[in-house]
Amino acid sequence: MTLKDATAIVGIGRTRFAKNLAEDERTLACRAVLAALDDAGIAPGEVDALASYTMEETDEVELAKAVGFGDLTFFSKVGYGGGGSCATVAHLAAAIASGQASVGVAWRSRKRGSGPRPWTNTTVQLPTPAQWTRPFGLLRPADEIAMLTRRYMHEYGATRDHLFNVALACRNRANQNPAAIMYDRPLTREMYMTSRWISEPLCLFDNCLETDGALACVVVSRERARDCPSTPVYIHSAAQGLPAQHHGMVNYWNDDPLTGPAWTAARHLWKHADFTPQDVDVAQIYDAFTSLVPLSLEGYGFCGRGEGGAFTEGGALEIGGRLPINTGGGGLSEAYVHGFNLIDEGVRQLRGTSTAQVPDAATCLVTAGEGVPTSALLLTNRS
Amino acid sequence: MLEPVTDPTGAPFWEYAARGELRVQACADCGELRFPPRPCCPHCQSFEEEWRPVSGRGRVWSYVVPHPPLLPDYAAQAPYNVVVVELEEAPRIRLIGNLVRAAGATLNSVDPSRIRIGARVHVVFWGGLPQWVLA
Repeated sequence: MTLKDATAIVGIGRTRFAKNLAEDERTLACRAVLAALDDAGIAPGEVDALASYTMEETDEVELAKAVGFGDLTFFSKVGYGGGGSCATVAHLAAAIASGQASVGVAWRSRKRGSGPRPWTNTTVQLPTPAQWTRPFGLLRPADEIAMLTRRYMHEYGATRDHLFNVALACRNRANQNPAAIMYDRPLTREMYMTSRWISEPLCLFDNCLETDGALACVVVSRERARDCPSTPVYIHSAAQGLPAQHHGMVNYWNDDPLTGPAWTAARHLWKHADFTPQDVDVAQIYDAFTSLVPLSLEGYGFCGRGEGGAFTEGGALEIGGRLPINTGGGGLSEAYVHGFNLIDEGVRQLRGTSTAQVPDAATCLVTAGEGVPTSALLLTNRS
Repeated sequence: MLEPVTDPTGAPFWEYAARGELRVQACADCGELRFPPRPCCPHCQSFEEEWRPVSGRGRVWSYVVPHPPLLPDYAAQAPYNVVVVELEEAPRIRLIGNLVRAAGATLNSVDPSRIRIGARVHVVFWGGLPQWVLA
């Protein structure tokens, strides 16, 4: 048995994105899931598999009884926040390819725009590794990743202009996408360089948005996909990655802290693929922070070690560049919903329906969060 | 300010720190240092451990300067520094802390423009926490 092209994403759905939506997370989850099933032309009663994030607050029971799923025979949740995004789809693909289920739904619903920032919670502080970091004021994901970013800039000569290139590419694509939070707000280098700091060396525009919204997608077998109304987007290869001696976002305690989970996921991803990084037409790269993008470019093999900053030069990440990324605007400028919007945008590109369409796109890499145990998908419309 | 929420594996670090001693967990069989502490040795799988004194000398491996929004006690001192220090005798053992003017000084007592990766530092203790001063 192989996963290669055995399953396809045949439906995508989302709610509106906003800083503050009136409805609760459970209602938003129901709306996104039903929209994805409607897009797939599949009735809720046919769904028998679910996958989501451990941080998802709407559980399977609540979702199933609300939207009218059938009998479920597979349900799975993946940990590590945004590192689990692509793994939800990967788990469904494995379940369907191995005969555990036939129609799978993955989803994420989150009110991170109007709800609390997780780092402000001081009562459920995990005993480890937080005891080694939080008392000293390393409090937020932005602080933890800024520490690795400073070291990366020091070791390889990456600059703030490189990080700006990432922020700008995402913002330019958001300016083409009416659904994006930052649709009508262009970004300039002047704005970037004079913005307030969040955690030096990361400024405001190096940080993702804080968004309310929900998304979902539907996965079925390649045979079933032929009966669905949209172009099937095949799951060509899928991988998770948790490297030996990895420590999550505070990955300061091994021989090479800048070689993160992307490298582990990438080895498996490419091992099972019929194409190479040079054949990727468009990529959706997890961008909770701009600096995760150069690291991911290195990890997934688009450039050599330490070359991720330089790779962003000359408009490489823009439409028409070497590797257009985050064509809906990404977490930095469309919406931050733990990376699920990157999956849906990957599907849109391979259907030819993106608001920033890469001409004739046939292959798309989608990644989950670098800097935490991660996951990735290679998608294609050719099979 | 947040106090360390300790666990059984990490508690000895804080007990030694409260006495003004910097010690790192090591495997009592193969001798490998490990940080953060964990129940057994990832190299030889031994559950035998010892807490080995280290010199307290090191170099700044990286640092950040957080700005608000932050928890109130930290916002009151922002912008301040947080450093990762790699220990002289074991560069892979890295401790998070604050570079301060002297033991007990505030988290913002060193001008961030004076901080460099590679700067030599040594440990001091205040209130049961290790802090770092420029050597």
